[in-house]
Amino acid sequence: MHELSIAMIILEAAEEEAERQGDCRVTAVHLRLGPLSGVVKEALASAFELAREGTSLSDCELRIEEVPIVVYCPRCGAERKVVSMQNMRCAECDEPAGEVVSGREMEVCAMEIVEQKEAEARK
Amino acid sequence: MKTLPRLVEVRQRVLKQNDLVARELRQRFLEGGIYVVSLVSSPGSGKTAFLERTLAIAREKYRTAALVGDLATDNDAVRLARSGAPVKQITTGTVCHLEAEMVKNALEGWMEPGLELLFVENVGNLVCPSSYDLGENLRLVMMSVTEGEDKPLKYPTIYNTADVAVVTKMDLVRAVEFDVEAAHFNIRSVRPGMEILDVSVKTGDGMDQWMEFLEARMAESRVEAKR
Repeated sequence: MHELSIAMIILEAAEEEAERQGDCRVTAVHLRLGPLSGVVKEALASAFELAREGTSLSDCELRIEEVPIVVYCPRCGAERKVVSMQNMRCAECDEPAGEVVSGREMEVCAMEIVEQKEAEARK
Repeated sequence: MKTLPRLVEVRQRVLKQNDLVARELRQRFLEGGIYVVSLVSSPGSGKTAFLERTLAIAREKYRTAALVGDLATDNDAVRLARSGAPVKQITTGTVCHLEAEMVKNALEGWMEPGLELLFVENVGNLVCPSSYDLGENLRLVMMSVTEGEDKPLKYPTIYNTADVAVVTKMDLVRAVEFDVEAAHFNIRSVRPGMEILDVSVKTGDGMDQWMEFLEARMAESRVEAKR
């Protein structure tokens, strides 16, 4: 269960970004998450809820965008989706394809930010 | 009227800090001519027995050492030290995996000059270690025949991030009616083209092939380092 420590890193990144932007509050963090990142979406979502409690980001949302696994298929000579994580074959031609192009992502891609005054008014 | 939140693009890997330290370690290992193998498996697969045997063989030819991650005890480190190779324990406490920073700290003032081969035994866990780069050259994932053929399908991510799979306790294949072919099929269905080595530490079967494989990889990495 390393989702909690990952949730805390995301919150830290949000705090840093808020500071950088001046008198702001981060209301949502957008995360791109691949199935091969080693992190389970649901576990991370609940870990995030737990981690944000009692912090200045207690109302910050985590929006997870799932990134599909894409491999390079040697037979098609192109990037293709796979049948599944358990069956890493080209979804088009069924060729085994080991070269992962994407699907390992775990990255913060954007944050939603409101001015502090605005944030107060919203409460 | 309420203004909408501003959307700020960030693009930042969550484990950026770990990746930075791992990259720094990798550079250090490269410059020092040290080949690093990390081992991951579930608890009880036989990582320590495998490593104990490997250390004993490898240290006859190479300056070899091992770091061992464990949640609470130093039992594994004590066992491995019997091989005569330098062994250091990393106690992770409640943390279920090793991180690059822990490896870096453990090496501080400990790594002897001239070290050629370093093994890093991760905490017995097939989930969490998959996310953390430790700066290793080779990630070895291990399963024992007593765990069942479908282990790779249950934990695809760790298999997918590994470079080689070792199936241990091959001496028990008959006793537990383990289907070797099915296990290999499952491993390769999760990670096409992955090298698989069948080993019995008890009988010594497969240990020669493992050492040959390891030495070939070490040689490749030396060639790459010279470029």
